[in-house]
Amino acid sequence: MSEQQPLVRAVNVIKDFGATRVLHGIDLEVHRGEVVCLLGPSGSGKTTFLRLINQLESLTGGRIWVDGELIGFEERRGRLHVRKDADIARQRSRIGMVFQRFNLFPHMTALENVVEAPVHVRGVRPSRAREEARRLLDLVGLAERADFYPSQLSGGQQQRVAIARALAMEPELMLFDEPTSALDPELVGEVLAVMRDLARDGMTMVVVTHEMSFAREVADRVVFMDAGVVVEEGAPEQVLRRPRHERTQAFLARVRREEQAAEERISAELEQLGE
Amino acid sequence: MSEQSSTGSAGTERPGLIDAVPVRHPWRWVAVAVIAVLVAMLVNLLVRNPAWNWPFVLEAMNQTPVIRGLFFGTLLCTALGMAFGVAGGVLLAVMRLSDNPVLRGVAWVYTWFFRAVPRYVLLVTLGAIGVLFPDGISLGVPFDWVIIDALGLQGDWRFLTLDANQLFTGLFGAVFGLAASEAAYMAEIARSGILSVDRGQTEAAQALGMPRRLTMRRIVLPQAMRVILPPTGNELVAMLKDTSLLVGIPLTIEMFFQLQSIGSRTYQTFPVLVAATLYYLIITSVLMAGQAWLERRFGRGVRA
Ligand SMILES: Nc1ncnc2c1ncn2[C@@H]1O[C@H](COP(=O)(O)OP(=O)(O)O)[C@@H](O)[C@H]1O
Ligand SMILES: [Mg+2]
Repeated sequence: MSEQQPLVRAVNVIKDFGATRVLHGIDLEVHRGEVVCLLGPSGSGKTTFLRLINQLESLTGGRIWVDGELIGFEERRGRLHVRKDADIARQRSRIGMVFQRFNLFPHMTALENVVEAPVHVRGVRPSRAREEARRLLDLVGLAERADFYPSQLSGGQQQRVAIARALAMEPELMLFDEPTSALDPELVGEVLAVMRDLARDGMTMVVVTHEMSFAREVADRVVFMDAGVVVEEGAPEQVLRRPRHERTQAFLARVRREEQAAEERISAELEQLGE
Repeated sequence: MSEQSSTGSAGTERPGLIDAVPVRHPWRWVAVAVIAVLVAMLVNLLVRNPAWNWPFVLEAMNQTPVIRGLFFGTLLCTALGMAFGVAGGVLLAVMRLSDNPVLRGVAWVYTWFFRAVPRYVLLVTLGAIGVLFPDGISLGVPFDWVIIDALGLQGDWRFLTLDANQLFTGLFGAVFGLAASEAAYMAEIARSGILSVDRGQTEAAQALGMPRRLTMRRIVLPQAMRVILPPTGNELVAMLKDTSLLVGIPLTIEMFFQLQSIGSRTYQTFPVLVAATLYYLIITSVLMAGQAWLERRFGRGVRA
C-alpha cells in the first residue's frame, strides 16, 4: 500500500441504535504515525465510533477502511458481503483497543494477560511470547508486577497492563476510549506517560480523552464531535485555543471550568488538612 | 473521670487497647445440653440395638459384587454421566446463547423434554426402548429403503447394526440416560454462569482478535466456572445418589442393587441399607473435599 493512503478512512459513518441515530455521517482520516484525539461531550458518539472501527458494533451506513481493507464487509461483484467470523477476528487482531474500564482478564496474571492472544491467536511459541510480554511489561514500567493478578494492581497499573496486552499483537493502529477517566487523579499521569512514549515511537493512535493537556501536547490533530457529527477538526493549537465553532467553545469552556473546580476542591481539601 | 482511668492503660488519658466483656449466650449452653442428650441416645441406639448387626454391615460392604458395583455402577456411572452431562450442558448453554435461531430452538426443546421426564422414568424407558427397534439400530444412509426402492435396487446401505436391547441396557444405557438428563440441568447452570461474566471480557478478547470459540473457552468459561461450580457440586452429589435408580435400566453391577440382593437373600434387609448409607456418606464426603479444592482453584484472581 502506498505511503499516501490513510491507515484509517471513515466515510459517512452512520450508526443507529434501534430507532435512534447516534452517528450522522462521520468522515475521518488517520494517517500512519498520526495521533488523533477525539473530544466531545458525553453522549456525542465517540465510543460508538471507536467501537465501529473495531467491529464491536455493526455499521448502519457508510464505510470504514483500515489499511485499504474494507472493515466488516467484502465487496464482490458490486455487492457487499458480511465477512466471516474468522475474517473479522483477523481484522481486529491488527487493531489494539484500550477500554475505559481496562477489561483485563481477572483469572490471569499480568503476564498471562499479555501472552494470551499472541499464543492462541497468532500461534507464537509460548516461551517467545513470554519473553516478548516481559519486554512489553517493562516498557510500561511493570516488569516487577508480571505475576500479579489484576485485582492486586492499582487502576493505573491495570490500564498499563491493558496497553501492553494490546501491543503484544503488534497492532498497526491503537484505539483508546477514555483510558484515564476511570482512574484516581494521581494515577492518570503514569498512563498518559506510557501513551506519550507510544506516540513518540510512531504508533498510529485514535484517542478519546478529556485530558486537554495530553491532546495539546501529543495530538497531531484534534477532532471535536457533538451529537453524532464532527463539528470541527484541526491542529490542537487551533481547535483548543481558537475554536471556530460555538459548540466547541462552549465545550472547552465547560471543561476548563470543571478542571478549575477540581483544582479548587483539591486545594480546599489540602487547606482543611492543614488546619 | 474515674471510669476512664480504669479502662485506659495506666495513667494516660487517651483510651488504650480494648479489653471488653463479650456478650453472653446462655441459650447456646441450653442447646449444647439438648444436643448432648440426643447424641447420647443415638450412641446408645447404635451400640445397644442388635438390629444394626454391625459385623454383617461390614461384611456386606466387603463383598466382591458390592465393591464391583460400587466401582462400576456407582462411581464410574457417576463420573461418566457427569462428564458427558457437563459437556452436553455447556454445549446446550452455548447453543441457547448463540445468534443462530435453529441452535437456540434445538437447545430449548432438548432442555424442555429432559427436564420434564423424571430420571427413573427415563431410565426404565431407555431399558425398554428396544421395542421400537426390533431390527436393531443401524448406522448408514438414512431412509435407505426409500432410495433403494426408488432406484429399483436390492439390499441395504447399512454398515453397522446394533441390538437396541443390548445397547441401552447395561453400562452404556446407564451413562447415556444419566448424562442425557444431567445435560438439561447443567445447561441452565452453565447459562447463568456464562451470563455472569462481564460483557467487557468478551469485547476485550474480541478486540485482541480472539475468535468466538476461543473467547468462550479461554476467557468466558474459566470465569463462569466460579458461578457454575457450586451448583455443579450439588448436581454431582445428586447424580451419585441417582445411580441407585439404575436398576430401572436394569443395570445390576451397581452397589445399592447388589446390597439389596444380599439383603433379600439373607433376610438382613436393614443392615444392607446401613451399608449403602455408609458408602454414600463416605463418597459424598470425598466429593465435598474435591469441590472445595476446585472452588479455590477457579477463584484465582478474585480475592488476592
Ligand atoms: N448499545 C447501545 N444501545 C443504545 N444506545 C446506545 C448504545 N451505546 C450507545 N448508545 C447511545 O449512543 C449515544 C452515543 O454514545 P457514546 O458513543 O457512548 O458517546 P460518548 O462515548 O461520546 O460519550 C448515546 O446517546 C448513547 O446513549
Ligand atoms: Mg464514551
